[in-house]
Amino acid sequence: MNSLILTTATRALAPLLLVFSVYILLRGHNEPGGGFIGGLVAATAFALLEKAEGVARARRLLRLRPLTVAALGLGAALLAGLWGAVAKGHVLAGVWPLIEKTADGGKSGLPVGSVLLFDVGVYLVVVGAVCGVLFALEEAATALECEPDEGGAGRGGGAPKTIDQTMDRTIDRTVDGGDR
Amino acid sequence: MMLAAAILIPMATAVLCLMLRRRAAVARLVSLAGAVALLIASVLLLVTVLQGGPVAAQMGGWPAPFGITLVADLLSAAMVLITGIVAVAVAVYGLADVTRNEERRGHHTLTQALLAGVCGAFLTGDMFNLYVWFEVMLIASFGLLVIGGGKAQIDGAVKYVGLNLIATLAFLTGVGLLYGATGTLNMADLHGIVPGRQDEVAILGAAALLLFAFGAKAAMFPVFFWLPAAYHTPSVTTSALFAALLTKVGVYALLRVFTLVFDAGHPSIQAVLLVGACLTMAVGVLGAAAQNGIRRILSFHIISQIGYMVVGLAIYTPLAIVGGIFYLFHHIVVKANLFLIGGLIARRTGSEDLDRIGGLWAARPWLGVLFLIPALSLAGIPPLSGFWAKLLIVQASLEAELYIVAAVALVVGLLTIFSMSKIWLEAFWKEAPAGTPAATGTVPALGAAATAALLTPALALAAITVVIGLMPGPFFDAAQVAADHLVTPDAYVRAVLGGASP
Repeated sequence: MNSLILTTATRALAPLLLVFSVYILLRGHNEPGGGFIGGLVAATAFALLEKAEGVARARRLLRLRPLTVAALGLGAALLAGLWGAVAKGHVLAGVWPLIEKTADGGKSGLPVGSVLLFDVGVYLVVVGAVCGVLFALEEAATALECEPDEGGAGRGGGAPKTIDQTMDRTIDRTVDGGDR
Repeated sequence: MMLAAAILIPMATAVLCLMLRRRAAVARLVSLAGAVALLIASVLLLVTVLQGGPVAAQMGGWPAPFGITLVADLLSAAMVLITGIVAVAVAVYGLADVTRNEERRGHHTLTQALLAGVCGAFLTGDMFNLYVWFEVMLIASFGLLVIGGGKAQIDGAVKYVGLNLIATLAFLTGVGLLYGATGTLNMADLHGIVPGRQDEVAILGAAALLLFAFGAKAAMFPVFFWLPAAYHTPSVTTSALFAALLTKVGVYALLRVFTLVFDAGHPSIQAVLLVGACLTMAVGVLGAAAQNGIRRILSFHIISQIGYMVVGLAIYTPLAIVGGIFYLFHHIVVKANLFLIGGLIARRTGSEDLDRIGGLWAARPWLGVLFLIPALSLAGIPPLSGFWAKLLIVQASLEAELYIVAAVALVVGLLTIFSMSKIWLEAFWKEAPAGTPAATGTVPALGAAATAALLTPALALAAITVVIGLMPGPFFDAAQVAADHLVTPDAYVRAVLGGASP
């Protein structure tokens, strides 16, 4: 898409959305928010980027392949669960290594621990999954619009001739993350 | 920890496979190793439960009924064990059956995620958590259906997801109603609250919604359309996995929720279950008679067999529930095996369309014998496992003086023989039709390694069927203990809620 207004606005909005998504993620500890909704907001930022500046650039900005991001997230959530199991004997139990009990019975320190790790995992899973689907669909739509005689060789190049091929390629793109 | 292991192992394997999705050879082995680890964990869990009765674990250390509880009584533990068995069988079979393309698109990741969802559903002691595991299963199975990428796959997947989403929505609504009426979703806690209040509109409404949801998941009449639309489209490995486990999670949920939380003996619930189960048996077997593809026939038979298991719950006498549970175990093994052997037949003849194949008895008599074991067991021929399962159900229905149910069960058994003999006659006895690959000998040959990978799981599952058939005693005893746990869940409730059982 080529819109000056959208591109300019995106330049301001995308970083703002990303920062805000992290704020929502951290706020989720005790108040409404958390990994899921934070991840969705971050995915919105990438959706905007992808609409304004193209999928290729959005993929570059995400750096990792979307499904790799999702896998890392799932791994982080899993580790958070195991951390609780090892430290407290209950899977998913909250572990707070940086919090200490003070002399007067209160607690002080930074509330960072397995719960945050779990939430970050959720955040990454949402970002990875949403971006993966979104990018692949956008690429499939672009490919369908292309003229058939443009067709270059190789997977991902050229316009698919049939719906079957389009679906095939969309699935491949979701999985491979546009890696040609 | 041991309870969570059955969920954590497949989940960790899924993460590893997702990371390794570009190295198909490694991912394949990791997936197989994960399945074996799941099997080992499930054996340990079963041994623990057999020795010490139901065990429970509170996730995050939050005590029940406030947190999420995982709990295994004998039924859950046995279901997890059989999940492990199927997982290993399917993983071995998949070594020679799943295409590189499907592997690259995440076959192993999705399979492991599906296993995590299935084990989670078997082990959870919380209604909402059960919903979450159903969703995990739904998403994973949707992925497995479409990774083949053809039009038929997408068509099947859309129907599958459509009806399953409606069921899931009903499930969620029912859970919401139940929570509104009782203020808890912990099953053991509900066990102390719901009885005596079952005529309240909210509770009965919740029961009806859950009955619909689990019925649709189990492919009961009249909400079974998604199953024959989808099960014959993916790879054989995937359809065997689906056929063995997915509908059975619905049956398990019915067994669990309608004994522990609701009372399946309530007149209106029992009437729906009885009529639904009998129609499911009949419609499934009649649908199968009209089909011509091996996997299509087998898909309709899943539906008909689901009827037998639900009838066990619907009759609601101790013997009938024992029969239902016994049927559940026997059926998972037999049905997975039939799908695997159906795939083998297709490999040997080039097609699974009965009109295009034949002559297998002359060419491969041992494949015929291998097919006959699960096929005759499915039909209920002594001395195979299906005979004992059917015997228990029929005996229970006669004792409960439900003669129509007994008659339906027997007639459906006869019709099952008809379907199985149809596959037998067409695929094995008939000459291969002229011009087909089977007749001209142009079927691609299988290497020795591929043959071993395809045959071993089928042989192992057939051996289990024969063992259950020849020595039904221990299995019957185990089913009886599992049924006792269901009917008098005192130990279950104590394991979950601690000493303060109602």
